[in-house]
Amino acid sequence: MPGENIMNVPETTSPFVGGAPDQFATTALGSGRASADTKAATFMGWRRENGRVGVRNHVVLLPLDDLSNAACEAVANSIKGTMALPHAYGRLQFGADLDLHFRTLIGIGSNPNVAAVVVIGIEDQWTNRIVEGIAKTGKPVVGFGIEGHGDIATIAKASYQAKRFVQWATELPREECPIADLWISTKCGESDTTTGLSSCPTVGNLYDKLIPQGIYGVFGETSEITGAEHLCRERAATPEIGDKWFAMWKSYQDDVIEAHKTDDLSDSQPTKGNILGGLSTIEEKALGNLEKIGHDSRFIDALQPAEAPAKGPGLYYMDTSSAAAECITLMAAAGYVVHTFPTGQGNVIGNPIVPVIKITGNPRTVRTMGEHIDVDVSGVLTREMTIPQAGDALIDMVVRTANGRLTAAESLGHREFVMTKLYRSA
Amino acid sequence: MNSHAGSGEGRTKPHLLAHSPLDNVAVAVIEGLRADTDALGVITEDDSTFAVNVRHDIPIGHKVALTDLKAGDTAIKYGQDIGKIIKDVAKGEHVHVQNLKTKRW
Repeated sequence: MPGENIMNVPETTSPFVGGAPDQFATTALGSGRASADTKAATFMGWRRENGRVGVRNHVVLLPLDDLSNAACEAVANSIKGTMALPHAYGRLQFGADLDLHFRTLIGIGSNPNVAAVVVIGIEDQWTNRIVEGIAKTGKPVVGFGIEGHGDIATIAKASYQAKRFVQWATELPREECPIADLWISTKCGESDTTTGLSSCPTVGNLYDKLIPQGIYGVFGETSEITGAEHLCRERAATPEIGDKWFAMWKSYQDDVIEAHKTDDLSDSQPTKGNILGGLSTIEEKALGNLEKIGHDSRFIDALQPAEAPAKGPGLYYMDTSSAAAECITLMAAAGYVVHTFPTGQGNVIGNPIVPVIKITGNPRTVRTMGEHIDVDVSGVLTREMTIPQAGDALIDMVVRTANGRLTAAESLGHREFVMTKLYRSA
Repeated sequence: MNSHAGSGEGRTKPHLLAHSPLDNVAVAVIEGLRADTDALGVITEDDSTFAVNVRHDIPIGHKVALTDLKAGDTAIKYGQDIGKIIKDVAKGEHVHVQNLKTKRW
């Protein structure tokens, strides 16, 4: 009888019970858990023309500006296997803000998770600036300006090109790559006191184990280091890098917070979700936040927003907002290919080109929002799981994700792509 | 629930976790911690245990005072300053935005 099988499914395997379902029970691990031997661990990725390795194979329709979102979305609607990245900016920006706009878009197009790019802009000159920036990676990229042609002709031309790119990209094989080829970013969100006890130290343990194997790491969230800045400064590899970092942090305090605050920041930082979860002050939040960098690594540079790391493998700091979508977009633009995201109260964030792996130690969040969680470390709170065990579970999930497993955010369609804007346009 | 959990038969799960022996607040790590519970706490840094009678219902993730705190005192967590106490709190009571405030901004 149709329907009978559904009724017979045991309650424990119902897809509606929440939880982080296949974290441990999976056939994908086989005999080799990546965490069992991180030195020898490998993953299957796409090695791009410039030698960087991607874990996704996107063909992207990249708008130069807000005006070109419609054309990019029209192409993405007709050519299957492509993705448009609409955003709100790109007109009349100037100075450092315009530099950041270009750096972000060129960085996103250059990210090794992207196989090929079609850029569409309202006019040719800035469009070509994006195309030329991405072309330095050696990957296929073309651009189209709308002025003088209109949306429909532009969409037609861009569609032919996007179709060629998709058919080319879908034949590219994955190849086995050492774990050192992974660039892994981190940022937490909807934090509570459980993140500082469990999910943030889980990421810290991953960095303690994988930075020595040659990966690139990055953390940021400038406003959210406040209260732990003395500890963060000490984690710089040299006093000069510490000074560079401190100047970055201090400048945000003085030039942004002091210049714009109306009362204090207690209405925004900690957030209402943070407070509901038990975090009382920014100092408490910052100390939990900093648990993400573990104990052993020192950061070797303090990067501008969306700046690609250039001092070799290791841990980096990036000057970012603490707003999740802005921060992850900037880290993706710097070339990071997998993101680790501790959450307490249950953030649902994703990114269009970078898989965002969610980790929580809050058992209530596992129960009520389990469909958003990739790694459940609630055992840390009950003392049934150690931080090193939690770190191993995360390393395994990072490698499975790199090998192709869709994250919760990817399967739920979360594609938050948010450009950071430094000030009002002209 | 979780495939890795539930194997703790006979093991005592803590009600509270503190980070450092210096901490004067600890976090409730179970749901439904009720007033007048003799709570078991663990300090994660050195695995030592402590006991405190919890005086309020404490939601998971919220903090409990481990000692009597006076207005003007500094709340310590992670062994670090997390803000100033703005209203007296007795040992075992709920510590949050009603009696703890940032020293920044």
